[in-house]
Amino acid sequence: MGERLIELRNIAKSYGRVFAVGGVNFHVDRGEVVGLIGDNGAGKSTLIKILAGAIRPTSGEILVRGKVEANWNAARSRDAGIETVFQDRALAVQQTIVRNIFMGREIAGWLGLLDQARERHEAERLMREIGFTSEIFTPDSIVGQLSGGERQGVALARAIYNKADLIVMDEPTTALSLTETEKVFRFVRTVRAGGRSVLFIGHNIHHVHDIAERFVVMDRGTVALQATKAEVGSAERLIGFMEKLAHPKGIDSLESAQ
Amino acid sequence: MSASLEPVDARSQKVTRPPDGGLRRFLDANRAALGTFAVFIVMMAIFAIASPIVFLHWPIYNSVLVTLPVALCLVVPLVFVVTVGEIDLSFPATMGFSAWIFALLVQAGFSPFLAILGALATGMLLGYCVGALVVTASLSSLIATLGMNYMLRGFIMIVTQGKSIALLDLQDTFAGNLFSGDFLGFPVQMFWALGFVAFAGLLFNRHRFGARVHAVGDHPDSAAQMGINVNRIRIATFVFMGLGAALAGVFSTMINFTWWPTTGDGYLLPAIASVFVGGTPTWGGIGTITGGAIGALIVSFIQSGIVAAGLSGFYVQFFNGLIIILALLGHRWNQKRYR
Repeated sequence: MGERLIELRNIAKSYGRVFAVGGVNFHVDRGEVVGLIGDNGAGKSTLIKILAGAIRPTSGEILVRGKVEANWNAARSRDAGIETVFQDRALAVQQTIVRNIFMGREIAGWLGLLDQARERHEAERLMREIGFTSEIFTPDSIVGQLSGGERQGVALARAIYNKADLIVMDEPTTALSLTETEKVFRFVRTVRAGGRSVLFIGHNIHHVHDIAERFVVMDRGTVALQATKAEVGSAERLIGFMEKLAHPKGIDSLESAQ
Repeated sequence: MSASLEPVDARSQKVTRPPDGGLRRFLDANRAALGTFAVFIVMMAIFAIASPIVFLHWPIYNSVLVTLPVALCLVVPLVFVVTVGEIDLSFPATMGFSAWIFALLVQAGFSPFLAILGALATGMLLGYCVGALVVTASLSSLIATLGMNYMLRGFIMIVTQGKSIALLDLQDTFAGNLFSGDFLGFPVQMFWALGFVAFAGLLFNRHRFGARVHAVGDHPDSAAQMGINVNRIRIATFVFMGLGAALAGVFSTMINFTWWPTTGDGYLLPAIASVFVGGTPTWGGIGTITGGAIGALIVSFIQSGIVAAGLSGFYVQFFNGLIIILALLGHRWNQKRYR
């Protein structure tokens, strides 16, 4: 097993008296692909927003490479080597591809002036690496002109530019075409082959089962299961487990209750 | 029989990338500013036809170039504020207040250069207060800055009892000539203002700060998720607005070497109109400094142009409004909107 990259200890987040996440223990090691699954409202998105520093946990500790982090926020999270590809992709649609890739991470030189030539060059390289197939887009294209898959590509390019140790992907295949989904999978494998980690959140259990080697199932704000691929077995067993979580008495009991 | 899974027409033309020329990129990047420039040219042509005697001779241009620097110092920072997704209506009072500090320091016998620094510091401090109020309390900047404008102006009026301050001693001094004389046949303020516009343009288009102003105005949540301190960027645009207002205050005081308690009042609507006539849209995320500067030029020329064309001052308001509406319609048609 690799080095412990990031660890959440007893992380809880409450809004008033409602707990979105209630005391979660969770970790990602170096070089592993972890699949995070759970129903809508299970707390997946809250958890990754905490990881990304977008929201502050009510209680609990965040450890990066074994060290407790004191002032956790979005900038600190990126500095610690965590890049998040948000579900809404966190893109500024009126800006160019270059500006989105380097948002908050501008390549600047003397007195903070942008090194535009280098930014454009790097963006072009990243776009190629991600597999931007359409030839009509340049780094200066406005993101608002791009299709959903291409926007996802910009978000992925931003995530790999920083050479992050952990890339968190929140439902990256939702609303993507078959070939675009395949591209995302290829992306995850490339990242993994480079010795980096991926936290993959998804609703399509088959997708997650395909790509991940360890699974964390969340249910109503807590972790219901942590298991390796070998322990889980087939995707069908995982789906069976999820169904049992949702309907403890079995699907049939719903029908008989009516 | 099963259908063969082959592309229907493999020979059909694929979409290809258009030639990526420097000119193309320049046109795309400066669409709004070029549109504004076209409006300016057309307007000046109409004025020149209506009143060739006035518009083919220098004095009218000189008179506009004396007051234009004041407008430029206000319009350019306002583009930052609008691009970040806010509005500032308090800059006229900030302008009057900073110029007041300038006048008081000069009157008290301090060096005019020190007085200018004092004015700039005052402007930035007021800008910070306005920005912090709007941003940290999440107030509507439209209403909050309107309130600040009244409050600050009221404060000036209460303290000065409406009395002006004459600084005639500054005339023909080194500082007086540096900020209010002639240089190469042009009003010297014009050079300062152009320098300020160039600086702001660099900050807006080529600097990390400008890039973040765009990102925050475009999608604040995304910017925050990417680790940008959204509130700090918003407040910084108000501070820059305060700096511009202070500069404008000093320049306007130096035109006649007199500070009036109403200094800045007349600039509220023309400056705001200039920003939008210039092609900066109202919804944030994009803006144009060059367009704003040309917008200021247009708005400055409307007034003198209409009077020079032989129409009475009553027409000024009407044509002011007409130009604003036409410019907005033009930009709407010229601009793609992605949000």
